[in-house]
Amino acid sequence: MKVQICGTIILSIFLLLTFNSQLSTASNKWQGVDQTVVEKLAKEHGREARKPLINTNQGDLLLFVFLLAGTAGGFIAGYYWKELIGNKRQKVKDKEYGNL
Amino acid sequence: MKIKSLKLKVFILSLFTASNAHAMHISEGILPLNWAALWFAIAVPFVAWGLYKLKKLSSDDLSFKPLVGLMTAVVFIISCMPIPVPTAGTCSHPTGTGISGTLLGPAISILITAVALLIQALFLAHGGLSTWGADIVSMGVMGSFAGFLTFRVLRSIKVNIAVSGFMAGLLADWATYATTSVELASGIRGDSAFMPLFTKILIAFIPTQLPLGILEGAMTAGMVTLLYKKRPDLLVKMRVLKPEEAI
Repeated sequence: MKVQICGTIILSIFLLLTFNSQLSTASNKWQGVDQTVVEKLAKEHGREARKPLINTNQGDLLLFVFLLAGTAGGFIAGYYWKELIGNKRQKVKDKEYGNL
Repeated sequence: MKIKSLKLKVFILSLFTASNAHAMHISEGILPLNWAALWFAIAVPFVAWGLYKLKKLSSDDLSFKPLVGLMTAVVFIISCMPIPVPTAGTCSHPTGTGISGTLLGPAISILITAVALLIQALFLAHGGLSTWGADIVSMGVMGSFAGFLTFRVLRSIKVNIAVSGFMAGLLADWATYATTSVELASGIRGDSAFMPLFTKILIAFIPTQLPLGILEGAMTAGMVTLLYKKRPDLLVKMRVLKPEEAI
């Protein structure tokens, strides 16, 4: 129990510190390694990234698409997790009530 | 109950404070056509192997289906989730292939990674269609094999399941980024020497991927341990555990 509480507190502090500093810093901070490493080095060697076939990287559209993808992915993960664990519980229940 | 509710609140808070997403796979157009084609050619047999294995497993037994569904969603979410690394001041993502490679084996893990990468390249401006093959090889093939082999080797010498899971996740992450460095260095070097450029790229990844690899290790250890406690029968069926090791 104590370990769980400590874990939750540490996680909370980590998330708050991380995201707080993210909110308060300049826009060029927290860039992805695609920009700081991959694209930067590629550019130095004469290769530049092209626009993707379906360019969702326009304004807040990318945020929306990521939100949509995260929601869908989260629901799918949750559904299958329930299938995995729910089945086990059902099996135990069936065993208890003599259905198996 | 209170702990669960607190964890949920922290998780929801983190979702609402998310910032702009950054693509972290090799972006569209970075690799020259010949190199992109080569990585495609390398990736195709592995994806075909994954399809064959999935078909074979489906015809034998459908009980592993929820695990495949769960892993596909996990790899998709994890590999497009930008995580800020305060020590480096940058963002990057874990790969998720340490978990999928360990639990499903490399073949199916490569297949689900290819699907996740395709969706990301098409709709999330994350990676690219021309670099799909290279991304499959680095994240799918190398990540899955590194996770799978590390876990199996450590388990064969009786290392604790959580430690084996941790090392599998850690090495899957690092193997992915080491392979990305090889792909990038070979593709963009032109007339320059390969090794100095490869070392330069690898070193540039270290401040971000070193801590993220540890995070990926912790995630993999958590997932493997959780399934070991909840569904040891499934882990036995997937040959992650021997029957006598199940609780």
